[in-house]
Amino acid sequence: MKITRLVVAALFLVITLTVSPSFAREAIKVGAILSVTGPASFLGSPEAKTLRMLTGEVNAKGGVDGRKIELIIKDSGGSPEKAISFAKQLIEEDHVFAIIGPSTSGETMKIKNIAEEGKTILLSCAAAQAIVNPVAKYVFKTPQKDSYAAEKILMQMKKMGIRKIGVVSGNTGFGKGGKAQLEKFAPKYGIDIVVNEVYDKNATDLTAIATKLKAAHVQAVVNWSIVPAQSIIAKNMRQIGMTVPLFQSHGFGNIKYVKAAGAAADGIIFPAGRLLVANKLPDGNPQKAVLMKYKKDYESRYHEEVSTFGGHAYDAFNILVRAIREAGPDESKVRDAIEHMKGFVGTGGIFNFSPTDHNGLGIDAFEMLTVKNGKFAVLGR
Amino acid sequence: MNIELFFQYAVAGLTYGAIYSIVAIGFNIIYNTTGIINFAQGEFVMLGGMTAVTLNAFMPLPAAIILAVIVTMIVGALIDILFIRWLSNPGVLRMIIITIGLSIVIREIALHIWGEGVRALPYFTGTAISSISVGGVFISPQVLWVVGVCAVMVLALNSFFGFTLLGRQMRACSSNRNAARLCGINAKNMVTLSFVLSAGIGALAGCVVSPITYVQYDSGIGLAIKGFTVAILGGLGNSMAAVAAGLLLGTLESFSVWVMPAAYQDVISISILLLILFVRPSGLFGSREVFSLKEF
Repeated sequence: MKITRLVVAALFLVITLTVSPSFAREAIKVGAILSVTGPASFLGSPEAKTLRMLTGEVNAKGGVDGRKIELIIKDSGGSPEKAISFAKQLIEEDHVFAIIGPSTSGETMKIKNIAEEGKTILLSCAAAQAIVNPVAKYVFKTPQKDSYAAEKILMQMKKMGIRKIGVVSGNTGFGKGGKAQLEKFAPKYGIDIVVNEVYDKNATDLTAIATKLKAAHVQAVVNWSIVPAQSIIAKNMRQIGMTVPLFQSHGFGNIKYVKAAGAAADGIIFPAGRLLVANKLPDGNPQKAVLMKYKKDYESRYHEEVSTFGGHAYDAFNILVRAIREAGPDESKVRDAIEHMKGFVGTGGIFNFSPTDHNGLGIDAFEMLTVKNGKFAVLGR
Repeated sequence: MNIELFFQYAVAGLTYGAIYSIVAIGFNIIYNTTGIINFAQGEFVMLGGMTAVTLNAFMPLPAAIILAVIVTMIVGALIDILFIRWLSNPGVLRMIIITIGLSIVIREIALHIWGEGVRALPYFTGTAISSISVGGVFISPQVLWVVGVCAVMVLALNSFFGFTLLGRQMRACSSNRNAARLCGINAKNMVTLSFVLSAGIGALAGCVVSPITYVQYDSGIGLAIKGFTVAILGGLGNSMAAVAAGLLLGTLESFSVWVMPAAYQDVISISILLLILFVRPSGLFGSREVFSLKEF
């Protein structure tokens, strides 16, 4: 008995001596400002879940450089005012190493300068091109740019021989941004916008606009808005007997929206990252392994279908972790490491950052998808 | 502009008009008893739609709708019993502010129960893309459902308020609460009944329009604004007038898209509302004399 006790005591001593240094080393604090609730919760909720999952994984494997990651998630509810106060709190009180988020472009633009002045790395999960143009030293973003989404749509139209289109958009920041990009690039592809309509984001029915599109004999329609209008326009066009292709923005990338539009969703064409069609990609695709792993991990843990939005947080977190591993836990060195990171395979595409490009994704990060029998599919070339 | 397109715009107008009217009817019932506008009416519509969608997962559509209407009626009754019934002196202003507060509370509770997701009931007949074609003009069968339910509601309500004792008692409470009490009418019960009725009608409206408009936790506001506009336009308290005004406004909005950008659609409806409030505050079909005697 005595011997056993002695052995146990000795073992205990050995374990504490070897393990305790890593406990003693301070955790790396990573802040996240996400709209987990509120109107943009369809973005923030999968993002927060993804970050919790990833933090757990990294810490279970012993952390980064022997230091655990401490994740501090703040729920902004989509409000820019809250995002501002959380950003200040995270930088000045919690002294976080980096901030992931916010989820929306409006919030990100409000805290861009705060992160810059506080010399804190900001990895935004929002779409607008303005976040990284002009480039701010400490501000990066992981989702594909909205300008590329517009160009990708127009390229596809040119390929299909479409020259006369109608553009309809919601009166939100997202809708206005998309409309402006389409208007800017349409002439480059020899495409005429003959109907250009803006509707209220709370519109309950859009039959009148659909009639106007029908009367103008457009060859295709692009809609740039979020739910529920993006489903309503799809139904109304089919109801009045229009058969021309309907293009949607990359905001359509959630299977829930397809379900909301029901039978009218079939044939809708839209640009999106490859996450939604991960299992249909050829095996040689460099992104396939990353996409399948994220999809499997997320869906088995949370029992809901993965969306591209959670993928933006996945990329932001992994870019940060890789940069810390490369450069060590020093904020300015990590910033440099992100700025010069090449060939990072993420869910949104393959990132190649540079001092002039803090997004790192090219137009090829988008794939044109379509809906077939209520499921996403890669558009046949 | 050929004749087919003209009628297609007319159909769009009918769709808008039917949605506005069916929501507007609910406003009239509580007004008919209490003389106030219930600003939580839009939330009844939302609750009806949301509850029916949830229940539809467990039971057939008709049962889900009936149960959703009953659940919303209970909510309506609770609102009156908990917040309005015990007021010793329910002034118009006070009750309006209470209903505004309640609408916010209901919205937040709905957000916690259902989240922010957009839902809809399936189309009652056919699918989302089926439509009936009459000489090149297309109309969704769901629009006919809305029009039909709207017509049945108006007829039922008109005969209820016009010919039954209970209906007349309710109207008496609105005209003069004290006089009604002196006649032996239990005014408080009448108010509770009016909340139950309008909650039920709102919920039914929510179920019928949800395949077209979708429903989410905050969709009550948008529907209520248009419903309210239409109720005032027609003359408060008169369901038939609300339907006529709804169809008028819907058609105007629809044809406005033909001649100008769709972004001005709401400018049209709000301008008309302001014009009516200035020129004919009693509404298009309301009586000026009766209106001048009302408190609100």
